[in-house]
Amino acid sequence: MLPIVPTDFTPWASLAGGILIGLSAVMVMAALGRIAGILGITAGAATGPDRDWRIAFVGGLLAAPLLWALVTGGFPAQVVGGNLPWMAVSGLLVGIGTSLGSGCTSGHGVCGLARLSGRSLAAVVTFMAFAALTVFVLRHSGGV
Amino acid sequence: MRAAAGFLAGLVFGLGLLLSGMANPAKVLNFLDVAGAWDPSLAFVMGGATVTAFVGYRLAWRRARPILMPSFDLPTRRDIDRPLLAGAALFGIGWGIGGFCPGPAWTALPMVAPGTLVFLPAMLAGIWLGRRAKAAPLMQGA
Repeated sequence: MLPIVPTDFTPWASLAGGILIGLSAVMVMAALGRIAGILGITAGAATGPDRDWRIAFVGGLLAAPLLWALVTGGFPAQVVGGNLPWMAVSGLLVGIGTSLGSGCTSGHGVCGLARLSGRSLAAVVTFMAFAALTVFVLRHSGGV
Repeated sequence: MRAAAGFLAGLVFGLGLLLSGMANPAKVLNFLDVAGAWDPSLAFVMGGATVTAFVGYRLAWRRARPILMPSFDLPTRRDIDRPLLAGAALFGIGWGIGGFCPGPAWTALPMVAPGTLVFLPAMLAGIWLGRRAKAAPLMQGA
């Protein structure tokens, strides 16, 4: 639940960022032979074998905005919803859903589609449809 | 070495999220708002990431084994079952409410927006709950 904040269309920055995400997935595959799915990495950082590289990966995710700020002098533009009960519900659903569905935007979306996995395609179509539907309901149907 | 590779890959992933706009929930929600303030930028993120991974994976798989591990370990399941679809639907609803998926939630954490500080622990609790739900009888079978 976030007021509608206009954002600019940024095809080049988004394409470049996407290529970096893809490169990261390739690094994980080439070096470690694993899928760079953030859900799996998060869950695997808590338990299971190969915790070391997964914890380090999360450390890299956390270090990224700090490096960004060091180089550019500030954090990138970001507007996060301030309705905290809704953010809690959102986080809970994202956690349960990705865990139950064995993957998120990166695991099913980037890595799964790159592997031409039918399971991942089914997941991606489903979560994109439900996400768009949710935004439609919250923004255009009189709200909840 | 494995930890160093993991850290570097996480750093590149996080920078990609920041540069692309994926770590900005306002942008994610506008991408999902096809009927309103539609911002198609994130299609370029998904496209760029997937095509890069598609090509890079095939280069990586030319080796008999990964550089730092004894073998590749890839998902083998092919069935489209109830937990997969139910989970994806719940994830979609949550994503549509807050505009965060797991990677951006981690990367946004050091920027300490109150919404992120609430979202991330709730997500971690949800991951734990989801793991338990997956073992429940309701979710067994197709």
